[in-house]
Amino acid sequence: MNPFTYELSHLETLEAESIHIFREVAAELERPVLLFSGGKDSLVLLRLAEKAFRPGRFPFPIMHVDTGHNFAEVIEFRDRIISELGERLIVASVQVSIDDGRVAEEQGPRASRNRLQTTTLLDAIERHGFDAAFGGARRDEERARAKERVFSFRDDFGQWDPKRQRPELWSLFNGAIRKGEHVRVFPISNWTELDVWQYIDTERLEVPSIYYAHNRRVFERDGMLYAHSPHVELARDEEVFETSVRYRTVGDMTCTGAVRSTASTLPEVVAEIAATRITERGETRADDRVSDAAMEDRKREGYF
Amino acid sequence: MVPLMSPGAATNGYALRTRTSELLRIATAGSVDDGKSTLIGRLLHDSKAILEDQLEHVTQTSERRGDGYLNLALLTDGLRAEREQGITIDVAYRYFQSPRRKFIIADTPGHEQYTRNMVTGASTAELSIVLVDARKGVSEQTRRHAFIVSLLRIPHLVVCVNKMDLVGYDETVFYRILDEMTDWAARLQIPDITFIPISALHGDNVVGRSWAMPWYGGAPLLYHLEHVVIAPDRNLADVRFPVQWVIRPMSDAHHDYRGYAGQVAGGVLRPGSDVVVLPSGQQTQVASIDSFDGELDAAFPTMSVALRFADELDISRGDMIVEAEDQPECTRQLEAIVCWMSEQPLRARSRYTIKHTTRTARAVVEELEHRVDVNTLEHKPAEQLALNEIGRVRLRCSSPLMVDPYARNRTTGSFILIDEATNDTVAGGMVLSTR
Repeated sequence: MNPFTYELSHLETLEAESIHIFREVAAELERPVLLFSGGKDSLVLLRLAEKAFRPGRFPFPIMHVDTGHNFAEVIEFRDRIISELGERLIVASVQVSIDDGRVAEEQGPRASRNRLQTTTLLDAIERHGFDAAFGGARRDEERARAKERVFSFRDDFGQWDPKRQRPELWSLFNGAIRKGEHVRVFPISNWTELDVWQYIDTERLEVPSIYYAHNRRVFERDGMLYAHSPHVELARDEEVFETSVRYRTVGDMTCTGAVRSTASTLPEVVAEIAATRITERGETRADDRVSDAAMEDRKREGYF
Repeated sequence: MVPLMSPGAATNGYALRTRTSELLRIATAGSVDDGKSTLIGRLLHDSKAILEDQLEHVTQTSERRGDGYLNLALLTDGLRAEREQGITIDVAYRYFQSPRRKFIIADTPGHEQYTRNMVTGASTAELSIVLVDARKGVSEQTRRHAFIVSLLRIPHLVVCVNKMDLVGYDETVFYRILDEMTDWAARLQIPDITFIPISALHGDNVVGRSWAMPWYGGAPLLYHLEHVVIAPDRNLADVRFPVQWVIRPMSDAHHDYRGYAGQVAGGVLRPGSDVVVLPSGQQTQVASIDSFDGELDAAFPTMSVALRFADELDISRGDMIVEAEDQPECTRQLEAIVCWMSEQPLRARSRYTIKHTTRTARAVVEELEHRVDVNTLEHKPAEQLALNEIGRVRLRCSSPLMVDPYARNRTTGSFILIDEATNDTVAGGMVLSTR
C-alpha cells in the first residue's frame, strides 16, 4: 500500500477482493462452512478469514474431509493451528462413510480414496445444513477450474453444471439458492501458486512440514514419487528407496506425489516454485491424470 | 523483513518481493480465426506462464485431433464441450506476470451470441485488447467489441492489427485501419486508444520489437501492458463505502467493539473524516480505520477495511458511508442500460431482485425504452430484450438505492438483476441517470 499515490500492490488487491468475498458470503448465506485440507491454499483462506472477521469470531465452522490416508504431519498441524485460532473444527471421515456402507473402498495397487471424498463431503454438507462451502481452489490450477465462478452453484445433488453457470459481473455475487442447494465459494480464484507462496511469506504463515524438503521412503510410479505407507499396495516391480523430497500440494498419500527437492526454507521453496517449468497438479497429482477432463468430471459429481 | 532472494537466484528474472507491482485486469474478445488464441498463447508462453506439462499436453492433443498446428486455444478451452466442439463458450481466466506487473486476462468468445460473456469479462477489466485482421480490416465484430469496451467503461483499449506478415508489413494497411477505427471510436467513450501492428504468429511487436516494421515508432504490446498508467482511473474524489458486514465480537476483550466492514468503492477516508450515513442521513466522524494488521491512516479503493465511528448509530449492511458535500443520488427510480443474459426475454412490467453494492431490493421494469443495435449503435424500438441484447430501461425499486452514474463510478453505478423464480442472474446493468 502506497499512502502517497493510493496504489495497492497486486497481493493487496487480491487480498482485498478475497476479504470482500468472505464477507459477502457471511452476510448473504445462512450456514457457511470453510473447507480445510491443511494445504497451503486453505491456510491462506484461514488468514483471509481472520482479516475479514477479526476481532470477531468466524461466522462459520471449519470442516476437514479426512480420508484416513492423510499425512500424519498434516493432521497434527491441523489440530494445532485450529485450536490456536480458537475456531470450531468439524471432521468428516471417509472411513465412517465406508463403515456405514455409503461408499466402497477401491482395491488394488492404485486404490485411492480421492473419489470417495465426494460422498463424505456431500453427506456432511447435507447433515449440517450448510448452504455455502468455502474452498481454496484457484483458477490457475486446472483447465476446468479456470472456467468456474467464484460463487459456484450446486444443485441438491451437489452437482456442478459448467454450461449453466451464473454470469458473474463486477464484484456483485449472486448467492440466491433454494433449500437443499448450496454454493461453493472460491475466495482465492484469482490467485496463482506463486501469489500463495508470496502471501505465506509476507504474512509469515506456518505451513505443514511436508512442504519443505525432508528424507522420506518413496517409490516411483508413472514418473512420480509416492510415499511408502500402509495405505498403498506396491506393484511387483516397484521398489522403495529413501531420498530428499517435498510436496507441492497436500492431498491423500495415495494420489499425491512428492518432488525431489532440497528446498528446506521458505525462500528456497519460493525460488523453486518461481523457477519450475511444470504445473503443481501436473507434477504431483495422480487424480488429474485419468483423462483430459478428470477434474471437470469429478467436479460435476460434487468434488471440491 | 528478511530479504527473500539473493540477487541472481533462479527466479525467471522476477522479483519475488513484488510489493510494488500492480495488478492489471485485461479483457480480450475474439474468435479463433482472428489470432486471439495465438496472441494470448504467445504472451503466456513468452512470459513463461505456460509450463512444460501444459505445452506437452497441448502438443499431443493438437496432433491427436489433427489440427496441423499447435492449437493454443486448447490451453484456455477447459470444458469438455469446448474441447469437443472446438469452440470457446465461456469466460476463461488466465494469469501471467512480467517483472513489472501481474496480469489477469478474462478471455471471452467474440461472436454476437456470446455478448453476455464479453460483458461479464469486461465488467472488471481496466484494459481491453481487440484484434483486427490486417487483411480484412475493421469488421462488424471489431466495432461491436469496441462498443462493449465503451459501454463497460474500460478506460484503455489496445487495437492490435494482427497478421501484418500477411500484408507484407505494409504501413498503409495499418494506417487505413487506424483511421477507420478512430472514426468509429469518435462515436464512443473510450479515453485511451492505442494501435499496435503485430504478427502474433511470428511474435512481431508482441513481446519484442519488430524489425520488419521500422516505420512503427510505438512500443510492443507487452511493454504497453506493463507501462500503461492505470492508477488515475480510480475514483479518489467521491467517498463511497458500502457497509457490507458489522463486526461485533461481543467477547470480553472487545465487548463494545463495533466495526463496519466493507470495501472502499470511491474516495479516500481518514480518521477524523466527517461522514454521512445513507439513507438515514445521520452525521458522524470516522474514529478509526481498522484492519487485521492494525489501524490505518487512510482507506482508498479497493481496500477492504472496517470503520469505527465517533457516535453510536444504527448502521447496517446496505447502508453507504459518504461525505456530506458529495453525495450519490438516493433514489428508487433508475435509468439504465442493461445487457440481457437469460433465455427468458426481458419485458416491461417484469419484476426482479436487484443487487446494487451491498443492497438488495426488488425492481420492476417500468419501461423498455429502446434496444441498442450493437453493430450500428442505432436505437431500435423494442417490445422485449432477448438473450445477449442490450437496451435502455427505466426501473422502479422497492427501496432507495444510493447510486452514481456508471460513467462516474463503476462500483456504485452497476447492478445485477436476479430472476426470483429461477435465482439466475439475468442482467448486468449500468446506471445512466436517476429521475
